[in-house]
Amino acid sequence: MTITAVEVADSRPVLLRREKAERWVGIALLVGLVAWLVWNFFASPTQWINVALDGLRIGAIYALVALGYTLVYGIIELINFAHGDLFMLGSVFCSIILVNWLGATSGSAKDWIDLLLTLVLVMAICATMNVTAEAVAYRRLRRAPKLAPLITAVGVSFIFQWFGLLLNGSTQKNWPTVIPQGGISFGEVTLDYSTIVVFLVTIPLLLLLSWIVQRTRQGKAMRATAQDQDAARLMGINVNRTISFTFALGGAMAGAAGVLFLETFGTTRYDAGFQLGLIAFTAAVLGGIGNLQGAVLGGVLIGLIQGFNDGLPYGLGQKWSQTVVFTILILLMVFKPEGILGKPTIEKV
Amino acid sequence: MSLRAPEVVSSPTKKSDLVANHNRRWASGFVIAAVLVWVFYTFLLPHLGSGVNTTVRQWMPLNSINEALVWVICAVGLNIVVGYAGLLDLGFVAFWAIGGYTAGWLMSTFIQAVNPGFYFLSSAIPNQPGIHLNWWLVLVAAGCLCAMAGIVIGAPTLRLKSDYLALVTLGFGEIIPQIFLNAETFTNGAKGIAPLDNVAPLPFGPASVAVGGQTIKISAPLGPFDVSAKYVLFVIVAAFCVFVSLRIREGRLGRAWLAIREDELAASMMGVPLMRTKLAAYAVGAFMGGLGGVVYAVHNNSVFPDRFNFAISIILLAMVVLGGMGNVWGVMIGALAVAWFNSTGLPQFGDSFNTQFGTNINFPSYNFLIFGSILVLMMLFRREGLFPETRTRQVLQEAERSDDEELDGGEA
Repeated sequence: MTITAVEVADSRPVLLRREKAERWVGIALLVGLVAWLVWNFFASPTQWINVALDGLRIGAIYALVALGYTLVYGIIELINFAHGDLFMLGSVFCSIILVNWLGATSGSAKDWIDLLLTLVLVMAICATMNVTAEAVAYRRLRRAPKLAPLITAVGVSFIFQWFGLLLNGSTQKNWPTVIPQGGISFGEVTLDYSTIVVFLVTIPLLLLLSWIVQRTRQGKAMRATAQDQDAARLMGINVNRTISFTFALGGAMAGAAGVLFLETFGTTRYDAGFQLGLIAFTAAVLGGIGNLQGAVLGGVLIGLIQGFNDGLPYGLGQKWSQTVVFTILILLMVFKPEGILGKPTIEKV
Repeated sequence: MSLRAPEVVSSPTKKSDLVANHNRRWASGFVIAAVLVWVFYTFLLPHLGSGVNTTVRQWMPLNSINEALVWVICAVGLNIVVGYAGLLDLGFVAFWAIGGYTAGWLMSTFIQAVNPGFYFLSSAIPNQPGIHLNWWLVLVAAGCLCAMAGIVIGAPTLRLKSDYLALVTLGFGEIIPQIFLNAETFTNGAKGIAPLDNVAPLPFGPASVAVGGQTIKISAPLGPFDVSAKYVLFVIVAAFCVFVSLRIREGRLGRAWLAIREDELAASMMGVPLMRTKLAAYAVGAFMGGLGGVVYAVHNNSVFPDRFNFAISIILLAMVVLGGMGNVWGVMIGALAVAWFNSTGLPQFGDSFNTQFGTNINFPSYNFLIFGSILVLMMLFRREGLFPETRTRQVLQEAERSDDEELDGGEA
């Protein structure tokens, strides 16, 4: 039997009623969101722009953390619960090295060099910790039932939290920052110095990461391992080393995010990592987990949503921000688990 | 290949008899232990002299046993979701919180709009505003509310992959306590709801019996400090949960859960309705979480939102993992041990250690390290828990693919 062109055109996938309903609910939610944003913009444009800039700043930090989730998930399909706590440890390490050891508390030229040095050091430390956690805890469970590595990751997260508690104490600590307060004003719109620094650090890091993954030999090995570990191994790729390298990259990004977080907000708390990590994970899912560009996009979007909710005149206010983000996480998981840029996956049997 | 019938067929009844016997032995052990503890604390302890008395009160006060029973109730509930059905739930604290707030709403003067108060078989102080129900009814109400919440959470999420499911439950576990914290009109925000009504075991008038110089209240309202009477009530609730999870496991539903846990695809091929069965696991687990919430509220005589944090979900998970996923008795022992260790054992050990050696180490701050290490080490070395079921052990210690290991070996 031959199929005519007309028949092919007619054989579009038939949507189930539920899928249709889901699609319409999704569109309605998006339209509502846009209407809310437009309304707020006309209510107070300058505030809107200021809030958007704040959102972009935190969004860039989330993007760095989200990259760690997405890298690890992409290669071994593990949700690394401990990643948020690694980010928290990054900020704690930064506070100790930068303020306690190097004594950089103002904005002098030496302090800026110290900040750069600290950034590199903290990235190295976090990368090492992530690699160690992988080697000690996750590697042996790679072939185990899925529940086992997940529970292990939760355990590692608790161990990291304990380490943070040990270093930072049980209360929130405030630190002086190298980046001065305030910013460049354009009329009523202020571009904070911290926003500029965050972008100056984040954008090169993202470019570097994408260069490593797309252009280098090691990146090719990573992509091959992500596709099929056994085949990669047969092609002579050292899978264990490749996975370690991926964890190192993720850890370094978390360390950088920790440094930027401390320099932006000037506070450290031992249990901050859990919730911020979950928000960053939401960002990774929003963009499509396993997809690097998606993680960045998701991070920026989540940052914007959080910023808008915190600061807009008709927002729910800061105390509901996390609830909003987690609600987005749940809605996404339910309606569009593959995210914006991800491809729908069929679970392997 | 011979076509003989497999020999297993001949022994199903025998095997279930064995299981029943095994459980019966445990059950009588549970009852005897519970009665012994009660007799010890109510009758013997006051006569044992001050030395023993102080030691016992320091190291194992009845209050800490009561709290441990709350954990047992919730851990047994979580065991149904994680241990039986194999769905990782990282937000069990949500049900605990819902249960607690149900108790807060239905057993206190908090709902001022109901004035004069609504009393139903309650032993609360009369002529107050608010809803005052008998606590058994509150248990049922909280359980049902949580079961519904479990279904509402589960229905859209259960078709997700297992790791996504863990994340969604985690999100719920974060959202629900935040709602309780932020929606101040309904929950009184961070100030919480306190005090709760006095609990009476039975809805009838007060009656007490004098046995051996001790007055035992049979149905008098229990104040916040009637620890030993509360102990009896909590033991009954815990026993109910254990009983339900044991019986349900032997039935059709329980076997379906185990089948799903072991191989979802195979189970669905055998005609197990996946969604409905998973939802049932969620609902039953959540029901017990709700009971635990009410019991916790009664134990503390108050409900505060900051008590419901992520750590609770993880500690419950540690209890289930430590005791042996799927084995109710193991989970119970794990819960008792971990809860006691957390609430009394570790601080007390820290105090003794510090006075002995003149150090100043904050031992309770190490519980993150200890619980994290428990989870990691158990997963690495004894995935089936301390008291494993044979069946669980077989699943979790499944032989890994040997080809890959050879390849790994060649590489290293």
